[in-house]
Amino acid sequence: MIYEVSNLAIIIFLFIVGLVLGLSFYFARKTKSASGYYAAGGNIHWAVNGIAFAGDYLSAASFLGICGMIAYSGYDGFLYSIGYLAGWVVALFLVAEPLKKLGKYTFADALDAKFNSKHIKLAASISTLIVSVFYLIPQMVGAGDLVVPLLGLPHWLGVMIVGSIVIFIVATAGMTSTTYVQFIKGAMLVIFSSLLTVYILRNGLSLTPNENYHKFVQLEASVANDTAITISDPAYVIKTKIIADKLTFVKVEKDGNTGWFKLNHTEGKTILSEMLFITVTADGTKLYNGAPKSDKKFFQVGHLSKIIVDGVEVDKTGPVGPFEFVKTIEKSEIVRFAKKAFTDGQDKVTVWYQNPTSGEDIMKPGLLYKISKATGATFWDRLNFLSLMLALFLGTSALPHILIRYYTVPSQRAARKSTIVAISAIGFFYILTLFMGLGSMINGVLDVESSNMSAPLLAKTFGIGLFSIISAIAFATVLGTVSGLIVASSGAIAHDFIDKYLQVEMTDKGKVKAGKIAAISVGIFAIILGILFKGMNVSFLVGLAFAVAASANLPAILFLLFWKKTTAKGIAWSIIVGIISSIGIILFSPSMYERYGLVPKDAPIPLDNPGIISIPLAVITLIVVSQLTHKDNSAKDLNK
Amino acid sequence: MLHEPASKVGTDKAADKKARLGVIMFIAYTLVYSGFVVIGLTNPELMGLQLISGQNLAIIYGFGLIVLAIVMGFIYNYFCTKMEDKMNKTNL
Repeated sequence: MIYEVSNLAIIIFLFIVGLVLGLSFYFARKTKSASGYYAAGGNIHWAVNGIAFAGDYLSAASFLGICGMIAYSGYDGFLYSIGYLAGWVVALFLVAEPLKKLGKYTFADALDAKFNSKHIKLAASISTLIVSVFYLIPQMVGAGDLVVPLLGLPHWLGVMIVGSIVIFIVATAGMTSTTYVQFIKGAMLVIFSSLLTVYILRNGLSLTPNENYHKFVQLEASVANDTAITISDPAYVIKTKIIADKLTFVKVEKDGNTGWFKLNHTEGKTILSEMLFITVTADGTKLYNGAPKSDKKFFQVGHLSKIIVDGVEVDKTGPVGPFEFVKTIEKSEIVRFAKKAFTDGQDKVTVWYQNPTSGEDIMKPGLLYKISKATGATFWDRLNFLSLMLALFLGTSALPHILIRYYTVPSQRAARKSTIVAISAIGFFYILTLFMGLGSMINGVLDVESSNMSAPLLAKTFGIGLFSIISAIAFATVLGTVSGLIVASSGAIAHDFIDKYLQVEMTDKGKVKAGKIAAISVGIFAIILGILFKGMNVSFLVGLAFAVAASANLPAILFLLFWKKTTAKGIAWSIIVGIISSIGIILFSPSMYERYGLVPKDAPIPLDNPGIISIPLAVITLIVVSQLTHKDNSAKDLNK
Repeated sequence: MLHEPASKVGTDKAADKKARLGVIMFIAYTLVYSGFVVIGLTNPELMGLQLISGQNLAIIYGFGLIVLAIVMGFIYNYFCTKMEDKMNKTNL
């Protein structure tokens, strides 16, 4: 997709980035000690910390990923909103206060507070680093996606800009500036998402999303002997016919221009429906709807094909309330765009065909995660759904960059209140994701190449000002989240590994310096990964980070807090087994096989979400190893 | 020395009681959340059932889980604060 670059967008973007950097400079002067760098001196107000929590949590995955997923797959995207928010219940009721009581700077400190074990230090620092890096990749990819329409820059440059700014922020000020950046960003994200939702509801539902929306060509045709297709309009000439997965695609030429159409049989008629397509020719040239990208022939999509209000079909509704909006979509029909790839001679062709879907199917689970037997769901499909819901529920309270925020407030009471502020802000935002996602689905804003940009592009239809602000906030979202992750990663390397595990003697100043060097190294690594993983689904990687966190960290945290027989070796082995099993399952999953260019069905483990296997494995490991090594605990108690 | 909290946390005599309340509320929420997952797994068609003012079960249950988490958060905070005030008169 080619986007017009707006000067206003650039000005707003520079203003917000400038604000973030200004804050960093201000707080950098105040950060002198290790506790100031890693935990903001433990003196952040609970309300500020709560919104900062929301800022940390509402990353690119939430704002860009979930809205995009809802825009493409309806309610299944909203499952992520439900699961992500439910995860906070575990954080609030089980983890927040005890962890605040145990910890000092990092997640590893908390786990190790009782044992002072080298095994735990090593395992926890590895786990923190791995989860943070997995979480970093989608943020960087999201940043790259954002700058394309916002600033007209290539993807890699966006990743470089984010990486450089974040390295600068983190290396100068640590957790204090990260907290205030997250506070401002979290608050702005919720406010402007609310405004966007108001615009969506005021706009209502219409069969014509906007004046410039593409009018799809439909050609009447006939099929003889189940094979020969003839188009009624003689101006169109059929060049090729391809059958892929029982779907028939036809290449058609008119006045020297070619296009791809899909053969449909509806109400006794044979119709050829226009599609979007990208062709990669033998010499590597990429054509969008048969022309170079700069010709702007590749358009945005997503519209309603039928609107039903009180049993009557209408063209538009006018302004609607939130419940009426959801109810009307459920009664109506929406045209989604399904993707299919095939080869045509030496050309690699990817098409997006119109897929009219009833609102009823959109407003319940099942479009992305097959769970109904009626749609052919298998045992593994349903296990995949269960596994996803489990990982989302248990992953939140095991994310290191979320856990370290408990150390930035002065008391357990403040930790609890922060969490409640966070749950309220995040819960409210997640309800908005349904409206922003559905709004994107029906307002002709979808860029079929990247679902991540659905919400910002929706804002663009309501004015360049709103688009600029929303995009700049989304960019700040990435900045803030990446900052938090890099602080957590640098803590794992400099504090947990170098200082605690290797026991390198360092002064307080030296520790801060080591943290900053670690932050710069992780930042550069994240930039490289962000460029390498371009085009990868943001939510896929975040889901992976959740599953790894839930498998590696949560059993260790919960058993440490609630089971007295837990031993240091039990914790360390549980973390290691959790990491290896979750990553191992993902590497051999159907989704990864598809990415390797292999046949997904050949994957040895027919499961994309590993939680259902890896979490119980980590729990069993912890119990068994703790039972086998319980004498270690007794010896320790005697020594005290 | 290295294993002290970043900021000093006073002795909390209400800690055990709060932990017990947390576990009870966690179990309650987990049961409601599990109900959602179980319906999705065993009878997904039920999610499309129209309930109140034209909204289906999926929307009501989904929104309900989000709102319930927030409401339970406030309830938990209310009782924890009460316990702390009662049991830690000189602390916190």
